[in-house]
Amino acid sequence: MAQANIELLTPASRAEIDTWVAKYPPERKQSAVMAALRIAQDQNAGWLTTELMDAVAAYLGMTPIAVYEVATFYSMYQLEPVGRHKINVCTNISCLLRGSEDVVKHLQQRLGIKLGETTADGRYTLKEVECLGACVNAPVAQIARQYYEQLTPELIDRIIDGLE
Amino acid sequence: MANDVCFRTLHLEQPWTLDSYRSVGGYSVWEKILKEKTAPDSIIAELKTSALRGRGGAGFPTGLKWSFMPRNVEGQKYVVCNSDEGEPGTCKDRDILRYNPHQLVEGMAIAGYTMGASKGYNYIRGEFWEPYERFQAAIEEARAAGLLGRNIMGSGIDFDIDVHLGAGAYVCGEETALLESLEGKKGQPRFKPPFPASYGLYGRPTTINNTESLASVPVILQHGGQWFLELGKPNNGGTKLFSVSGHVNKPGNYEVPMGLPFADLLELAGGVWKGHKLKAVIPGGSSTPVLPAEIAMGMTMDYDSISKAGSMLGAGSVIVMDETTCMVGVLARLSHFYFEESCGQCTPCREGTGWLARMVHRIEHGEGRQEDLDLLVQAASQIEGHTICALGDAAAMPVKSFIKHYRDEFQYHIDHKKCMV
Repeated sequence: MAQANIELLTPASRAEIDTWVAKYPPERKQSAVMAALRIAQDQNAGWLTTELMDAVAAYLGMTPIAVYEVATFYSMYQLEPVGRHKINVCTNISCLLRGSEDVVKHLQQRLGIKLGETTADGRYTLKEVECLGACVNAPVAQIARQYYEQLTPELIDRIIDGLE
Repeated sequence: MANDVCFRTLHLEQPWTLDSYRSVGGYSVWEKILKEKTAPDSIIAELKTSALRGRGGAGFPTGLKWSFMPRNVEGQKYVVCNSDEGEPGTCKDRDILRYNPHQLVEGMAIAGYTMGASKGYNYIRGEFWEPYERFQAAIEEARAAGLLGRNIMGSGIDFDIDVHLGAGAYVCGEETALLESLEGKKGQPRFKPPFPASYGLYGRPTTINNTESLASVPVILQHGGQWFLELGKPNNGGTKLFSVSGHVNKPGNYEVPMGLPFADLLELAGGVWKGHKLKAVIPGGSSTPVLPAEIAMGMTMDYDSISKAGSMLGAGSVIVMDETTCMVGVLARLSHFYFEESCGQCTPCREGTGWLARMVHRIEHGEGRQEDLDLLVQAASQIEGHTICALGDAAAMPVKSFIKHYRDEFQYHIDHKKCMV
């Protein structure tokens, strides 16, 4: 196995990871792996390469396999390239009852892709997600860190028009 | 409308600030404890009087849970708050974090003092960035005000809080999966026993409480356990946050007294939308059994009444369905959810949730077979009770209750290859 290159994590990423490491007992750096993977993903256009995961493992003193286990278990980590804007649409029960099927249909038409796909220009990824926990404002979607609630086709158009 | 407990700052301009929280008596309990070194046993006794029960879904008495912590054991002990809110239909903790984060900080501090823990973690689901920022800001405000940290206000008492952010996994709402996740691992539930009170985070004594449970504590101690109990009814003390979603005119989080008739809660939420008739209600989140309208209309919103009606109060997540709802379609979506979220550790759940999802899916899409209905119930029963954690039961219960109450709709899908509604 090639030596993991910690330098793949930018100085800013490493500094940010350090603030998370500091939240746990000194001998429990592994607790920061979830934050570290999020930070590594954010510095790499929203997805994790094996090399980045190896860098996280080396930085936190973990075995690579322990990091892969975490990266493959949680749904917010992406192990393949994603569009610049990842649109996470909830289709679970409360959203379903309030029209998430129409939301999905509209997004698919507007972007010309299906759930789970990325547009050819790399701008958008459409992802179905499980309950986002904003059920009283259904239907709901999340883009980056922002929730968008009580979605209608018109609102979706305005949101997409407003993305860079 | 109540808003007496977790939402007591909600009427204020910026309800999440320290000043707002102070203006309703916030931190007065914590300061009194720091000054008087209140006997931990008397705090636990007050909680027992209040009949506060775990608001995350299980309904276990909070005072009793706290009494299990070996507070005099040497070494590090932990208090962990479960803000991994992910049960479909549930979004109350999100609003506590966004609108009243200081009350949760105070509740965690009191919990730490009572159980001899100097460190607390709040596990917030990774999608909740805005709630995380609000809560983090509250921690920092509290530290700056000298309400958290070492030797707080010269009392000799240490307590501090940090946030741990999840990354998308429903199962981490299960308390031992949450601990695994906090340790930086896959969120796979642990065998119990040992229970977290003896072997919890990093193998140390730990108590895990839901956000709403912990946020209720300061108010209970400020006004007394008896006061809280009397807000609700015996064995079902206090108010409760109900997330009312689905086919109502005014979906929302409503903080109302335990024991409120369901019909009144439905009215608060503006009634069934579009002038439609009520068909069914899931009273406590997607894992709790569905109830037909006529049963739901006769129950009151508390643990005992909903249990008598054949379901559970759960996390207080009331999902309302009108007469146009296809129950096969709803169950198909729920079964898909449990299949997606099974952690894969236990064979009955890993394989069984796939069976359930595939069978309900094929019934919905006109490919169901006559024997599928019995097979579904059989498969659900093979999961139930045969797994480490409750996710397996949570997958099985909707299947059994939907088929029990709406068997004719499933039969119609099988016979006519289409929906009857």
